[in-house]
Amino acid sequence: MKNADIRYLILGNSTAAVGAIEAIRKIDADGAIVLIGREPRHVYSRPLISYLLAGEIDESRMDYRPRDFYARHQVDARLGVRALRVDPRLRTVRVTPVSADGSERNDATAEELRFETLLIATGGAPVVPPIEGRDASGVFTFATWDDADRLTAWIEKRNAQHAVVVGGGLIGIKAAEALRARGARVLIVEREDRVLPLGLDRHASSMAATALRDAGVDLECGTIIERIVVADGVVSGVTFHNGRESSCDLVVMAAGVAPDASIVHGTAIRVDHGVLVDARSETSVPGIYAAGDVAQGIDSLSGASRPIPIFPHAYRQGAVAGTNMAGGQATFNDAFAQNAVDVCGLSTISIGLATAEGGDFEVLTTEDQTARTYKRVVLRDGRIVGALFVGDIDRVGIFTGLIREKIDVTSFKHLLLSGRLGLITLPEGYRRRVVSGEAVAV
Amino acid sequence: MKRIFAREEYCLGCRLCEIHCLVKHSKSKRIIKAFRREQDTAAPACRVEESGRVSFALQCRHCEDARCIEACITGAMHRDPTTGAVICDTERCVGCWSCIMVCPAGAVERGRSRQVASKCDLCMGEDTPVCVMHCPNEALVYEER
Ligand SMILES: Cc1cc2nc3c(=O)[nH]c(=O)nc-3n(C[C@H](O)[C@H](O)[C@H](O)COP(=O)(O)OP(=O)(O)OC[C@H]3O[C@@H](n4cnc5c(N)ncnc54)[C@H](O)[C@@H]3O)c2cc1C
Repeated sequence: MKNADIRYLILGNSTAAVGAIEAIRKIDADGAIVLIGREPRHVYSRPLISYLLAGEIDESRMDYRPRDFYARHQVDARLGVRALRVDPRLRTVRVTPVSADGSERNDATAEELRFETLLIATGGAPVVPPIEGRDASGVFTFATWDDADRLTAWIEKRNAQHAVVVGGGLIGIKAAEALRARGARVLIVEREDRVLPLGLDRHASSMAATALRDAGVDLECGTIIERIVVADGVVSGVTFHNGRESSCDLVVMAAGVAPDASIVHGTAIRVDHGVLVDARSETSVPGIYAAGDVAQGIDSLSGASRPIPIFPHAYRQGAVAGTNMAGGQATFNDAFAQNAVDVCGLSTISIGLATAEGGDFEVLTTEDQTARTYKRVVLRDGRIVGALFVGDIDRVGIFTGLIREKIDVTSFKHLLLSGRLGLITLPEGYRRRVVSGEAVAV
Repeated sequence: MKRIFAREEYCLGCRLCEIHCLVKHSKSKRIIKAFRREQDTAAPACRVEESGRVSFALQCRHCEDARCIEACITGAMHRDPTTGAVICDTERCVGCWSCIMVCPAGAVERGRSRQVASKCDLCMGEDTPVCVMHCPNEALVYEER
């Protein structure tokens, strides 16, 4: 064997990868870490692409970690290099440099890297519905810094002023907000009957819709786009299910993200929607881990195995993987959805089974129409399993903590939405733990 | 690292800690000015909680396992490498409130004047945080535990 096996090989250069690197270096100061990142960029914050597109921040604020991050953590970062295939049997990954236009160079430049431990942290890929015309110029996805740059270039070159955003979830709303901030007229088309259908219940969603409309964003819910109208290869409009047509000069596809597990398909590594992992972030093949948007683990509140494609989850799952890769012991048993989404100035936070109703669930709500606030808490067996806060999100983390630690709230249920909930009203043992700032074992 | 701890049995609920925190983090650093003119912009990062006869002051716990750092989408929330304190770099914060979403102590707030997270910084640069220094009954202590 020519080269020594790489002690830690990490595929992906984002949140989960950073979580892993920081965790590895807490345990192992100098074991070799090689990172493979397709995008030829220093690690940046993905959610910030909408702020960049809006012009609210400049490029200097995109960095997720300081410029000396790789050097300080002794990471051999190979950026602009793509992983093509994982071979769990030989314990190798085939990688190849990506040329500037994003296409792969010819196969001769590919090489095989041998690893001792591997982390797959390649994230998700935007789901692009098979709508006729989707390949036209002027149709974009919104998942990477390059996407934001391409949109900006298109808007500037074409003086584009009418945008259609396909999808009213988090990414669609963020794209719409940014385009609006740039002065475009924006129409969001959402297949479900409301925006943010995953995190918001009907009432909260209608508040979000009002905030969007107040900001000048148009909304069409409960309908789908049948076709993108193309003239000379360039988008000129969309037609709806019901035959109506609307003109536009750009379309953003924001119909969701799905784990991108293509590099392990057909291998011994088990994949469902995402790469299946246990609470240690380990895949079905020992020594091979996965974390973040590419992975699929257990949602601790519903018990279901599913991807939870959110930032905090990617970091923690990555950190758990890193700890275990470095010989430590860590588990992630409290995964659940957590989303903070600002909708044109209206703060919303949705945690856990925030929209659940009926059956075993008990729902508490409170609302202040003048202040435009709404709160909803979902209980099951005396424990909080979901919380939804709109308008007033102060101290909502107390609820997240109670959910995470499965604290029985029966004795102070009446205080939950009273406005008087504080740490002081929580059970003493739990309160002392929070106040001590003790590490809850990673 | 040293952290601030409250001793409930000594807390009078006088809120001097809140006042001194606000002044320390105000522009003018002067108590009257800070209170008269800066109420809209300056906020204390320390809050006294009361229930019946019990009260205590609460600030960011500077947790070892800091959820806010993990959840921060920009990297603004970070651990100061020398002091170990959890600090928000407000030049990088975009006010997404992920930190507020995950803090089990409810100790991160929305900034009053700018859309950035606001929290205890342990009075960076001071030997003792002002809330501790000015507590008249030693209900707040700053120590290693
Ligand atoms: C516009 C937008 C806004 C968002 N806002 C929020 C928010 O407010 N809150 C929240 O919780 N979440 C938000 N998210 C989701 C959040 O960004 C993701 O959950 C998080 O980035 C997942 O991190 P990750 O490390 O798993 O993967 P990703 O961030 O997807 O990164 C994957 C990495 O792998 C690399 N890669 C992919 N394939 C390969 C390959 N074959 N070879 C080599 N490298 C590869 C990519 O270049 C990238 O570096 C947002 C997402 C978007 C797009």
